[in-house]
Amino acid sequence: MAETTRSAGTAAPARTSRTRGAKASGRETGRAATPAPGADVPAGSASGSGADAETLIGYYRQMLLIRRFEERAARAYTEAKIGGYCHLNLGEEATVVGLMAALRPTDYLFTNYREHGYAIAKGITPDRVMAELYGRSTGVSKGWGGSMHMFDKEARLLGGYGIVGGQVPLATGAALAVGYKGGDDVVMCQMGDGTAAIGAFHESLNIAGLWDLPAVFVVINNGLGMGTTVENSSAEPELYKRGAAYRMESARVDGTDVVAVRDAAVLAVEKARADSRPYLLETISPRLKGHSVVDPARYRSKEERDALKAADPLARIALDLAERGILSHDARDALDAEVTAEVDAAAAFADGSPAPDVSTLFDYTYATPVPGELRRLPADPVFSS
Amino acid sequence: MATVTYRQALRDTLRAEMIRDENVFLMGEEIGLFEGSYKITEGLLKEFGPRRVRDTPIAEEGFVGAAIGAAMLGLRPVVELMTINFSLLALDQIVNHAAKIYGMFGGQTSVPVVIRTPGGGGQQLGATHSQNVELFYSFIPGLKVVAPSTPAEASAMLKAAIRDDDPVLFLENLALYNTKGELPAGVEDLEPAQIGRAAVTRPGTDITLIGYSRMARVAAEVAETLAAEGVSAEVVDLRSLRPLDRATIVESVRGTGCAVVAEDDWLTYGIGAEIAATIQEGAFDWLDAPVRRVAMAEVPLPYAKSLESAALPSAESLLTAARDTLRATGRLALETAS
Ligand SMILES: Cc1ncc(C[n+]2csc(CCOP(=O)(O)OP(=O)(O)O)c2C)c(N)n1
Repeated sequence: MAETTRSAGTAAPARTSRTRGAKASGRETGRAATPAPGADVPAGSASGSGADAETLIGYYRQMLLIRRFEERAARAYTEAKIGGYCHLNLGEEATVVGLMAALRPTDYLFTNYREHGYAIAKGITPDRVMAELYGRSTGVSKGWGGSMHMFDKEARLLGGYGIVGGQVPLATGAALAVGYKGGDDVVMCQMGDGTAAIGAFHESLNIAGLWDLPAVFVVINNGLGMGTTVENSSAEPELYKRGAAYRMESARVDGTDVVAVRDAAVLAVEKARADSRPYLLETISPRLKGHSVVDPARYRSKEERDALKAADPLARIALDLAERGILSHDARDALDAEVTAEVDAAAAFADGSPAPDVSTLFDYTYATPVPGELRRLPADPVFSS
Repeated sequence: MATVTYRQALRDTLRAEMIRDENVFLMGEEIGLFEGSYKITEGLLKEFGPRRVRDTPIAEEGFVGAAIGAAMLGLRPVVELMTINFSLLALDQIVNHAAKIYGMFGGQTSVPVVIRTPGGGGQQLGATHSQNVELFYSFIPGLKVVAPSTPAEASAMLKAAIRDDDPVLFLENLALYNTKGELPAGVEDLEPAQIGRAAVTRPGTDITLIGYSRMARVAAEVAETLAAEGVSAEVVDLRSLRPLDRATIVESVRGTGCAVVAEDDWLTYGIGAEIAATIQEGAFDWLDAPVRRVAMAEVPLPYAKSLESAALPSAESLLTAARDTLRATGRLALETAS
């Protein structure tokens, strides 16, 4: 079992989970080194075998909510309700939900800019996430962050970050603080496969390994950083193997299987919590669409695009739940209607929310304000004589 | 009143703040076992142990970012960067993260981190080890940048920086570490300074000399020389580069009618340029002569002593600029000018 650097115990028999995932792979598309979802991963379970029906329906509902939310965001973007960049979680829902299911509410999360789904799965209402996309004062970051910079202290989402890798040192420091204060919370740090090439990644994993920090670094390997394949950006494209360089246990999991992701994340989080040792988890999670809303993904071949349809984690779990009699077609439709209504309500909430008042423009430069500090718009005079 | 070195003032203040607040801890390269490249942290590992005095690997971006992340959870890390030259490796974490986290998340979390770092030429360290790049940080809203010039100021300013909820770049200068000064009280009793306030360290009527860090000391020296010649120079020690105390600068220049700005870094686009623009915006009608600037020669700093000395701003270059300015206003007779 080559796919984990953990010792015995975690490595389930290889390829037991290749049912739908393998068919869904992009392997035949010429990216030979890109691992297929479900292939060679220590997942050990087909979707759902390790969770009860109620839990599975809960996961499915969350995945569906994120899917419908993202579809709605894409639409609102084309309607110019949302500006800037807008990176979606389409295709990564099983990973998002599986990872969040492994965390306690008090555990911390740092993400990159592809974080709408994480914000929702970490417990922030779709209303406040959508309002942030709309740039409204009711948004999770009060309209200051937008798609890439969502933050909520209560939910312990400590930010989405737009500089590739920028969040990794921060998460390392948060893990240091948890230990310093004597707590047993864990800090999870999400990032993409492209991020594994940046200096901050290596510096941070080294520090976390050196100082025994309770951090779980999660690389979401969707095979691409914008249009650059992981094989073209990483000398070792099997990214979880990098853990070995920092004396850190690591594993790779099929990111289209929500239960497999959860199980792998639970192991990682346990390791961090109980032993205060960092962990590197890689999920194989193809993204279904372009890098952001405006990217038509021309760098993908037709065959690849067809293959991706088959890799859809939402279709996968839906089929699984239907086959096992857990969720009927009708029940699924009802759930979909409920979730769609929730997303519609979020969009209405965002649309009806006020824009931040311009009088607050200077309120968030400093937490400790400096008396007499210059607060002016470009047109204002500096001194009146 | 005790006479202490700038180095001792920093060390005593770090110690006092660590005793006062359990959340204050130190991290940086060689600050523990080695006791600091410039011995600011001497004795602190022995006293506080490795939890509070943390040696880091040579990974400026990694450990500065970690300090920022720790600060987000309420700790008060004081980072030592061996010199400001190496802060460039951590630029992303300082500029894109420390400075922006409070704003881009709508004021939900602050970053109370202090980054202490020395700079300055004059030690024959060559081009990559002698620059002062405080300008890069002074440009960024969200950061606070301070550069105290005396031991008492260093102590009061470090206290303020550690207790401040925002990220503070605390600039030291290698040439200042052994300079001495008096502390008006024991370091525990000293009041924290007000970040963002300049100080008029010497009142005067004929000319304003403006400097910070080492150049504030040089300005005081030059004012002394001028006083012996019957010229009354006012000295403004900026102390804080961001926020910048424009009111004090403008008020001083409105009083004297002319000014020279002295900075220990390159001229073009520099801090002196910002001060000159501030004077133009606030005191143009009061000016009797153009504002002059004294700065480092615009070259990568050379190793050879003769070249390095020629490149650095000095008391002589400031004195010359002050005399030229005074001559232009008619406050100094032509024949007394050197
Ligand atoms: C330091 C830096 N360089 C470049 C970019 C532009 N950029 C934004 S996203 C991205 C690709 C990142 O890919 P990956 O880490 O795999 O994350 P994914 O988008 O797949 O989630 C790039 C190059 C950036 N934001 N930051």
